[in-house]
Amino acid sequence: MSTPAQPLVPSVASPLVRAHDLAKTFDVSAPWLNRVIERKPRALLHAVDGVGFEIARGQTLALVGESGCGKSTVARLLVGLYAPTRGGFTFDGQDAHATFQGKEAHATFQGKEARALRRRIQMIFQDPYASLNPRWRVADIVGEPLREHGLVTGKAALEARVDELLTCVGLSPQDMAKYPHQFSGGQRQRISIARALATAPEFLVCDEPTSALDVSVQAQVLNLMKDLQRKQGLTYLFISHNLAVVRHVSDQVGVMYLGRLVELADKRTLFSQPRHPYTRMLLDAIPKMHDTGRARTPVQGEVPNPLDPPPGCAFNPRCPHANARCRAERPALHDAGTGTRVACHAVQEGRL
Amino acid sequence: MALLEVQNLVVEFPTRRGVLRALDGVSFAIAPGEILGVVGESGAGKSLTGASIIGLLEPPGRIAAGQILLEGERIDHLSHAQLRRIRGRRIGAIFQDPLTSLNPLYTVGQQLVETIQTHLPVSAAEARQRAVQLLKDTGIPAAEQRIGHYPHQFSGGMRQRVVIALALAAEPQLIVADEPTTALDVSIQAQIIQLLKSICKTRGAAVMLITHDMGVIAETCDRVAVMYAGRIAEIGPVHAVINHPAHPYTVGLMAAIPDMESERDALYQIDGAMPRLDAIPQGCAFNPRCPRGFQARCRTERPGLIAAGATQAACWLHDPASGVTA
Repeated sequence: MSTPAQPLVPSVASPLVRAHDLAKTFDVSAPWLNRVIERKPRALLHAVDGVGFEIARGQTLALVGESGCGKSTVARLLVGLYAPTRGGFTFDGQDAHATFQGKEAHATFQGKEARALRRRIQMIFQDPYASLNPRWRVADIVGEPLREHGLVTGKAALEARVDELLTCVGLSPQDMAKYPHQFSGGQRQRISIARALATAPEFLVCDEPTSALDVSVQAQVLNLMKDLQRKQGLTYLFISHNLAVVRHVSDQVGVMYLGRLVELADKRTLFSQPRHPYTRMLLDAIPKMHDTGRARTPVQGEVPNPLDPPPGCAFNPRCPHANARCRAERPALHDAGTGTRVACHAVQEGRL
Repeated sequence: MALLEVQNLVVEFPTRRGVLRALDGVSFAIAPGEILGVVGESGAGKSLTGASIIGLLEPPGRIAAGQILLEGERIDHLSHAQLRRIRGRRIGAIFQDPLTSLNPLYTVGQQLVETIQTHLPVSAAEARQRAVQLLKDTGIPAAEQRIGHYPHQFSGGMRQRVVIALALAAEPQLIVADEPTTALDVSIQAQIIQLLKSICKTRGAAVMLITHDMGVIAETCDRVAVMYAGRIAEIGPVHAVINHPAHPYTVGLMAAIPDMESERDALYQIDGAMPRLDAIPQGCAFNPRCPRGFQARCRTERPGLIAAGATQAACWLHDPASGVTA
């Protein structure tokens, strides 16, 4: 297989990851017999419903939203843990034609090239207590991807590489012989990161990597991740519900609500000029540290049941600017100037 | 007089490998109607402090020394029967997960009525009326219908409102709220915090708010206690602790939080981790991680709370005898 040499300078025109119209629907219907006897209809949960974005090489896209908005489902779609119901994503368009024969990345996850693709996309999970096998030593955990992908041969070489990986995440090579329970939460997350880095991936999907950690430890892990990005040119999809963390790590931010992107913008623009009413409410809801006693403006209402989303814009029941059009017609993402893309009728009509 | 006074509380866990000290000499007081925040990382002992106050310390944990006084009266050595009369009646509790603190087999109405009737001499009809009023006060729409619903029929935020209603059912003087908003989304969190604050103010109930979220503390509390390794590192008015922290741990903790105002490339990080209970260092528990660990005394002698500006910090930096300026 002849692969054209990769350009050394990342070009803006070809993003590393391009997701288009990604959708995942789960069938949560009652069992067949119940449906027949009780005449229940099929129930479909649209966890992700038409999400599209691009991530340039070496950049971080953060997805934020409240629980149930579909951000973790997007993460799982991008690493191939779920197959999309609709849409898909291309990875490294530059050699998609050569290596993947122009196939959707998802077809590739099943095909012969699966191994090659999996090596280049890795994931870091939220809970460092559940994502490490308690019966394996650190050397086996971090070494598994290396063995699996046949990246090193021989015990000595494996050990040397694990050694290097542990050092690079700030652990000691002596930790190799230990078991996960001998580490604190932050150290375990470092092991997860070392494991994800083992195959020298280009794209890391991080699903709430610091949500289970205390603030002082969170700072250590976030600093480490930024440092690794700088040194190895990694591309991140960073999923979090914490806007302050997102503001710290990301270049681009996507705000999700009920399975759809409602706003996608450059970090600076999003935080200084939020356009979508939901984004504004989320920003208002953050506790202000140095402005004690000042009450936040609570967002009214709650996230609607995703099994029965409201017609029109999903945010309309909580939105102070909703009108008849918002309740009937679902807004699509449109360009709102300054590089921001917003799905809101009020913004498009200039009412907001 | 203080409503609640905790004096030199020591909680120990006997294990096969020796006795572990989870709380070591914790002292503080809460005035009537005051909101005291207790903040710290996991394992700092904040939940244990709350559990000791409401008498729900899980065996083999035991209060080994010190005392807890509610309106001047000791409550730390009461029998189960005596404690039951205090818990719920005079001290209410709110826990992190609203799903596990409600009984899934009873309607919320039954649970509220049971609590009210256990503690107050009212008839069933009066209790029910009171229950409806409580649900209304906690902002649950259509309270008359909702009272007949089971916990699973409520969303997370609504469930936490029910738990708050339950905690307030017998008009307690003190509410111990252990991470009441941690399981909730930010938008709902703001609603619950505002509710807790306003409802306690109108009823004059004091709150001990245990959380790891400094943001929640900042907008809710009057005073805050920062805990580290089973001890109070710093205690003082909330604005003083946040804007002018005196203990090096608090300083580091505040700097480690990503904020929405400044533009920083790297977050400040406190290296290392909190010591395990079986390996708490001699002297000040923070000394191995302390950027200011400046004298031999920090490694040998444990500092008590020393006045430092508007707050009190357990740090030798603030001891006039040590001759350094913090």
